[in-house]
Amino acid sequence: MFEIRLHSRGGQGGVTAAKLIAYAAFLDGKYATATPLYGAERRGAPVVSFIRIDDRPIRVYSQIRNPDLVIVLDESIMELVDVLKGLKPDGEVFVNSQKGTCVEGHRTYPVDLTSISLSLDLVLAGNPILNTPLIGAIAKLGVISQESAKQVIAETFRDERNVEAALRAYEELKI
Amino acid sequence: MLTFGTGNKAVAMAVRDAKPVVVAAYPITPQTEIVEELANYVTDGSLDARYIPVESEHSSMAACIGAAATGVRTFTATSSHGLVYMCEMLHMSAGARLPIVMANANRSIGPGWNIGAEHTDSISMRDTGWLQVYVSSVQEAYDVTLMAFRIAEHTDVLLPVMINLDGFLLTHITQTFETVEPDDFIPPIATPHAIDINNPGGYGTLTPGDTHFKFRRDIERGMQASIPVIEETEADFARRFGREYHLYDEYRMEDADVVIIAMGTFGKEMEVAVDILREEGIRAGAIRMRWFRPFITPDLDGKDVVVIDRDYSFGFGGVVANELQAKCGCKPFSVIAGLGGQEVTYDDIAEFVRIQRPGTEHWFGVDD
Amino acid sequence: MHGMRSILPAGPNQYFIIIHVKYPKERLDTMAIPDEEFLLKTTSACAGCPSSLILRYVTKAAGTDTVLVIPACCTSVIQGVYPTTAMNLPVYNVAFASAAAVASGMSEAFRAEGKKTNVICYAGDGGTIDIGIQALSGALERGTDFLYICYDNEAYSNTGMQRSGATPLGAMTTTTPGGKKDHKKDLDAIVAAHNPVYQATACAAYPQDLYNKVEKALTIPGPKFMHVLAPCPPGWRFPSEKTVEMGKLAVKAGLWVLYERENGKLTITGASKAAMKKRIPVEDYLSVQGRFRKITAEQTAEIKKTVEENIARLQREVDGIC
Ligand SMILES: Cc1ncc(C[n+]2csc(CCOP(=O)(O)OP(=O)(O)O)c2C)c(N)n1
Ligand code: SF4
Ligand SMILES: [Mg+2]
Repeated sequence: MFEIRLHSRGGQGGVTAAKLIAYAAFLDGKYATATPLYGAERRGAPVVSFIRIDDRPIRVYSQIRNPDLVIVLDESIMELVDVLKGLKPDGEVFVNSQKGTCVEGHRTYPVDLTSISLSLDLVLAGNPILNTPLIGAIAKLGVISQESAKQVIAETFRDERNVEAALRAYEELKI
Repeated sequence: MLTFGTGNKAVAMAVRDAKPVVVAAYPITPQTEIVEELANYVTDGSLDARYIPVESEHSSMAACIGAAATGVRTFTATSSHGLVYMCEMLHMSAGARLPIVMANANRSIGPGWNIGAEHTDSISMRDTGWLQVYVSSVQEAYDVTLMAFRIAEHTDVLLPVMINLDGFLLTHITQTFETVEPDDFIPPIATPHAIDINNPGGYGTLTPGDTHFKFRRDIERGMQASIPVIEETEADFARRFGREYHLYDEYRMEDADVVIIAMGTFGKEMEVAVDILREEGIRAGAIRMRWFRPFITPDLDGKDVVVIDRDYSFGFGGVVANELQAKCGCKPFSVIAGLGGQEVTYDDIAEFVRIQRPGTEHWFGVDD
Repeated sequence: MHGMRSILPAGPNQYFIIIHVKYPKERLDTMAIPDEEFLLKTTSACAGCPSSLILRYVTKAAGTDTVLVIPACCTSVIQGVYPTTAMNLPVYNVAFASAAAVASGMSEAFRAEGKKTNVICYAGDGGTIDIGIQALSGALERGTDFLYICYDNEAYSNTGMQRSGATPLGAMTTTTPGGKKDHKKDLDAIVAAHNPVYQATACAAYPQDLYNKVEKALTIPGPKFMHVLAPCPPGWRFPSEKTVEMGKLAVKAGLWVLYERENGKLTITGASKAAMKKRIPVEDYLSVQGRFRKITAEQTAEIKKTVEENIARLQREVDGIC
């Protein structure tokens, strides 16, 4: 089972992003679940979502304690929350970062998703849309296939620029 | 159709497919998505129903009672404070033998405010005459919601059915599930005592004690009659749609010495615990209780029993453990865990089995 | 220490220590409002939250000898998570339908002991107009010595913006995805029918007016009621820095009239004095909120008609012809 923990802020679309990644895995023929963990907080507060991907039906509902991959959609959260908690020794980290943040001891993939969406003017209610470039980046990591990533974006977002955002993030992420 | 969505969405889609005539709606976390989805279906025309946005849960159940009294199919959803606020109407709806279907997102009750999963809300409504079923996957939430209408409306039963889903753990998880074309799987509703202008009579009139007494006995007959109706409905569901359900779910029970029993999402997660224990050489098995009312008792002869209750009856104990003890004569190790959405993993569940002491009670994470 | 403060563990001996915390020097653009803060800075409210804004001035006006009774609503969340609280007053959090009835019991008990402690219900529109109306009606009718404040953000915001009886015609909510088909319930008329000793409206955009009214209300024994408009950015769908602007537009368009009614005498207050004579078009208010995206021309016309009727009715009452 491949387990992902996604850190975002309320209103940033992290919960939807988790669903979309799981949906793409489902399109790949895998079993997948996505679960948001809500605090009693309002917009702007740190939110965590969990994604599980497996070849067999998933019977686990509890939180992910030892993720294989941690996704950080807002790097300022790293000052508030220990995003590396329980990360497997060989676990990896993806950070949406404008300054190329790297985490010590873990392979880190920093990509500036925010600038990608802003450059394409992908903004919703004042916030850059991070979901679609994120899906592109995650496809590059091989967690989901490129085809499924495309299909998810096409089904969910009408605006063509979302596909472009995903492609740019795919290109920008260096393995 | 293969779909990807939350437990709440699955319930809403099943309701859409069951075509109720009246839906009463009131928001409460973590159920709200169900009534929001139904509002969308009514607005986009995919569900042709009257949507009543009531002013409280007492009124949502009252509106369902009014609608069901005329002989139409009705649905509502609630959780926690909403469920206990409608308590009077739960007694009234079952007593009036109205086949209302309701989803309840299991959540704790305040004070203080807490929105985590807990079964105390529905369990404390156990004596209202409602059938209660607890599901453990998004697929089961969809399937059981469809079946609930058929079971409730069956003329041998004529009792309301409550589908219970663990708040957040199941209401908010996104999983794959398959929707079906129910066709005649749910026969047209035919409530024999529906209001009939041509056959006037009093409903719920002043009733002498001995008659009241007989009516209570009749409710119990409906409850007992529901067991074969549930089995027949589940068998027909399996025949038509290929997914099998049983009164309770067994996992690796063939040669088990110790059995873990729980309801809801624990009932799935504990299968992983059983696998872990088996690898250690402990012959563990699991039984997931699905129906809490009617209370269906598995055969537990000669086995050690570990029961996990996500509820508590103050001054008594974990309700499932103690009801099982009363009905089966077993001496369970009664674990109280997960109240208020407390985090409990399969590792924790495996540990319950390792530390079990029959006949004692253990509050996970509080006693240690 | 500002921000969250710890409370002691709940239990039979639960009690609260009141620590008065001063905000770091910050100029209030209003006069005669004390610096003392009872709602500390670190709340879990959204940016631009009107509920916390209103509560801040309500508590400043009420002072230390006050207990708040709060039913389920955004304000239950805003206070923060145990064992910390952003409130520097005793706050009793109660069931959704029960605020006014709990306040009745509390007020009678304080009075029986000879205490003058203010008992203030601070409730949302849902907790007032819908599920809480029965308890409110009972408490008003019984002459309970308390102040009931309904902050009206025109939806069930805490659960994610479902319609309430206070949601206006044409507004989209998650349970009225095509826009609401019914009118906003006239809460003030319902309350007026109970003849409370003091009744007022206010708006988050006018803190001085709000402050004055709370201060005055608390000097009068008996049942007092205030209805405060609370423009809610995520619920109404406008940018979070525009809360005050939205409130001002509502008042200037005459959709919300500031007044107070004391001993049966109605007085129009603050910015509404001008709005009684000359108003901006209601479209200026409707068009800047995402929730009215699907409003029809007929619904806008209906709203205009309601505004004019309401203004005329209030004017007649001011003039003593009713
Ligand atoms: C009996 C009961 N039903 C439903 C709820 C869920 N609930 C909590 S707050 C809330 C909405 C409150 O709306 P409102 O009173 O307008 O306050 P707001 O959230 O807008 O501040 C609801 C529906 C509850 N706590 N108790
Ligand atoms: S939803 Fe509205 S009222 Fe509630 S906390 Fe946010 S801004 Fe305040
Ligand atoms: Mg409200």
